[in-house]
Amino acid sequence: MTWATDSYLEWAPMLLRDWISGFFPSALRGVINDLIAIVAILAVSGLLFAFLTLAERKILGRIQNRPGPNRTGPFGLLQPFADGIKMLTKEDIVPRAADQLLHFLAPVVLVAFSLLTFAVIPYGRHLVPVDLDAGVLYFFAASASTELAVFMAGWASHNKYSLLAAMRALAQLISYELPLLLSIVPVILAAGSLSPSGIVAAQGVWTLGVLPHWYVFTPWGFAGFVIFLISALAESNRSPFDLPEAESELVAGHLTEYSGFKYALFFMAEYFGMCALNGLGVTLFLGGWQAPCAFLEFIPSYVWFGAKLLGLLLGFIWIRATLPRLRMDQLMRFAWKFLVPLSLANLAVAALWQLGAGWSEPLQLVRWAGAIAILAGTFWALGRKLSTGFGPRVYQYAPS
Amino acid sequence: MINFAFALIAFLLLASAATAMALRNIIHSALLLVVSWFSLAMFYLWAGAEFAAFAQVLIYAGAISMVVLFAVLLTQRTLGDFTLAPESRRRALAAVLAGAAVAAAMAYAVLNSSLAVASTPAPTVTVREIGEQLMGPQAAALLVVGAILTVALVGAVVIAAQEKK
Amino acid sequence: MFGSGLIQGLAVTAKNFVGSFHDPKRLTTTQYPEQRTVLPEAYRNFPFLVAEKAEDPMGTLRCVACQICEKECPPQCIYIEKSKDKKPDATGKMQIYPVVFDIDTSVCMSCQICVEVCPFDAIEMDQVFEIATTDRFNGLMLRKEQLTKPNSYFHEIHPTDARDVDARLAADRKAAEDKARVAAAAKAATPPKPAAPTP
Repeated sequence: MTWATDSYLEWAPMLLRDWISGFFPSALRGVINDLIAIVAILAVSGLLFAFLTLAERKILGRIQNRPGPNRTGPFGLLQPFADGIKMLTKEDIVPRAADQLLHFLAPVVLVAFSLLTFAVIPYGRHLVPVDLDAGVLYFFAASASTELAVFMAGWASHNKYSLLAAMRALAQLISYELPLLLSIVPVILAAGSLSPSGIVAAQGVWTLGVLPHWYVFTPWGFAGFVIFLISALAESNRSPFDLPEAESELVAGHLTEYSGFKYALFFMAEYFGMCALNGLGVTLFLGGWQAPCAFLEFIPSYVWFGAKLLGLLLGFIWIRATLPRLRMDQLMRFAWKFLVPLSLANLAVAALWQLGAGWSEPLQLVRWAGAIAILAGTFWALGRKLSTGFGPRVYQYAPS
Repeated sequence: MINFAFALIAFLLLASAATAMALRNIIHSALLLVVSWFSLAMFYLWAGAEFAAFAQVLIYAGAISMVVLFAVLLTQRTLGDFTLAPESRRRALAAVLAGAAVAAAMAYAVLNSSLAVASTPAPTVTVREIGEQLMGPQAAALLVVGAILTVALVGAVVIAAQEKK
Repeated sequence: MFGSGLIQGLAVTAKNFVGSFHDPKRLTTTQYPEQRTVLPEAYRNFPFLVAEKAEDPMGTLRCVACQICEKECPPQCIYIEKSKDKKPDATGKMQIYPVVFDIDTSVCMSCQICVEVCPFDAIEMDQVFEIATTDRFNGLMLRKEQLTKPNSYFHEIHPTDARDVDARLAADRKAAEDKARVAAAAKAATPPKPAAPTP
């Protein structure tokens, strides 16, 4: 349906951008286009962060039988701005023994690298800020660099408890990077490219016009998506993996010595990381900006992307409201003894799936059934291994 | 011809590496080393090798930096034990001389090598080509590296799992 | 199966979320101050002085300044000054009255001991809690004028207790009247003493 994909609404952001950069001399047009993309990303992600905090508080409230903030503005809509003003007017306390430069740089580095990850996500048919050939790798490189900021924050505070908590946070982040990356590999295998727009284009096929060929609707894709979501929860320090920032754990963990605007920056970086990871999940597994059915393509692609992203974000909030926090050893055990073997099995199943891509019709059933059986069997076996063996705790270092 | 971007990246790399050597505080040195790895990644990007640049950041700045920092932290006794001083002036002098000798030897080897300056533009290698090379002609090397990594991981687990008796 | 508990938990929270829009049991917040929850009858906060008649509260206080509540109050938040003269109370009898009766509500712990020990049921517990003030030192010190409230108010806030107190006071008064009547009748019924013989 080219009339739908070439509709005025699809091109509207591009036309707006060209109109603005038309005011500048033609030599600068490229730079101005990029600047406009940066400003747009900052504005949209800033507003998304603000209203996501409000949505989280209201949804958490409704789940907990209370209304959430409803006094500041109608339905509490001005609450994020009130929070922002509060954060800005707080006194910025830096401990005297703290490493001043690193203490200042940690939130800066964290927010900078979190924002860098927004650059490769395709928000719409023509709305990729930077169309890199190795875009997915760039995304993970940028988000791996945010771990440095966590260490800097914990170290620079010159506080035993902050350092300990920063080490725990780092251990969690590193442990969950492995299932995150391993769950992405089958997608790259199937799409044959590391570029996000290529992966979205590879999912743009419909069976009978109504069944989309998104990777989440394949056995390995579904398992990969679930593993990706769990690892994304852990990578952005969200419940139930929010041990690093829980109030009852070492005060605020590596954020203990931060107040006012720097704390707001850490908070913002966590939400940016969550939005970016969810954006990547939408791109890789849920078909990015593709519509679910071919006849729904008249709705602009960025609306579909936004709807899927909101769905995932609301799912994250729902999970936060439901699940209790995991302890450090439970967290690590879950990552290394469950998610990593499961994602390796997922990779094997995806490779076998690709082998059977050209099979005839009855063998297709075998392909589906075999994939589902292997994955379900692995899940069941690993689940049993993880849930048994509870007994009196053995303390390795206690004097007996 | 040296252009402006190359000069800037080279300056950043050399300056961060030199400052990392000169500082007393080990943690600051480690973080400056991370900055030098980032500038090396920028080099790769400037030269058009996207995959190498992102792999450099992911592996060096994402994982090896953690190893270095953990190693530094776990081998210190107290929180303030992070500044180093050279033990005596003679040792410092001997170290500088040895380093200068190695640098001179390497500079001589590089400058007198018979590699011609490339007159054709360097080919841009896509990730697909790297993958095809790894799975085809270089598959043996990949398998050997995989085996080495597995052995290292298993060894680390075995060493860590030994209980203190 | 591994993860089945998670799914059940997610279902419970989803039910709560959806129910909070249409089921009053699932959104139990009262939007204070536009809505108020109904307090139970036995709720108590700070004491108040009971006056018999609403038309003349200061003149019909039941309190006779016996100072028992002042002595029994654990945090010692009551301050009473007795009067030097006597004024007629609600029944017309001349009684001592308190000139000064202060309760420091920032100290009062609502233990109700003053109510329990008062022999005249002159002090009872009030239910007002919105007494926040910006005057840090004097704002929470309630004086006699602020503490005096009529018996009709007591009936409004604690109907059961007020009925019991009134019944008891009426019974006491009736018993006293009966006793006085019996004494007067006995006095009238005894034969007059024989007149002393005139020398």
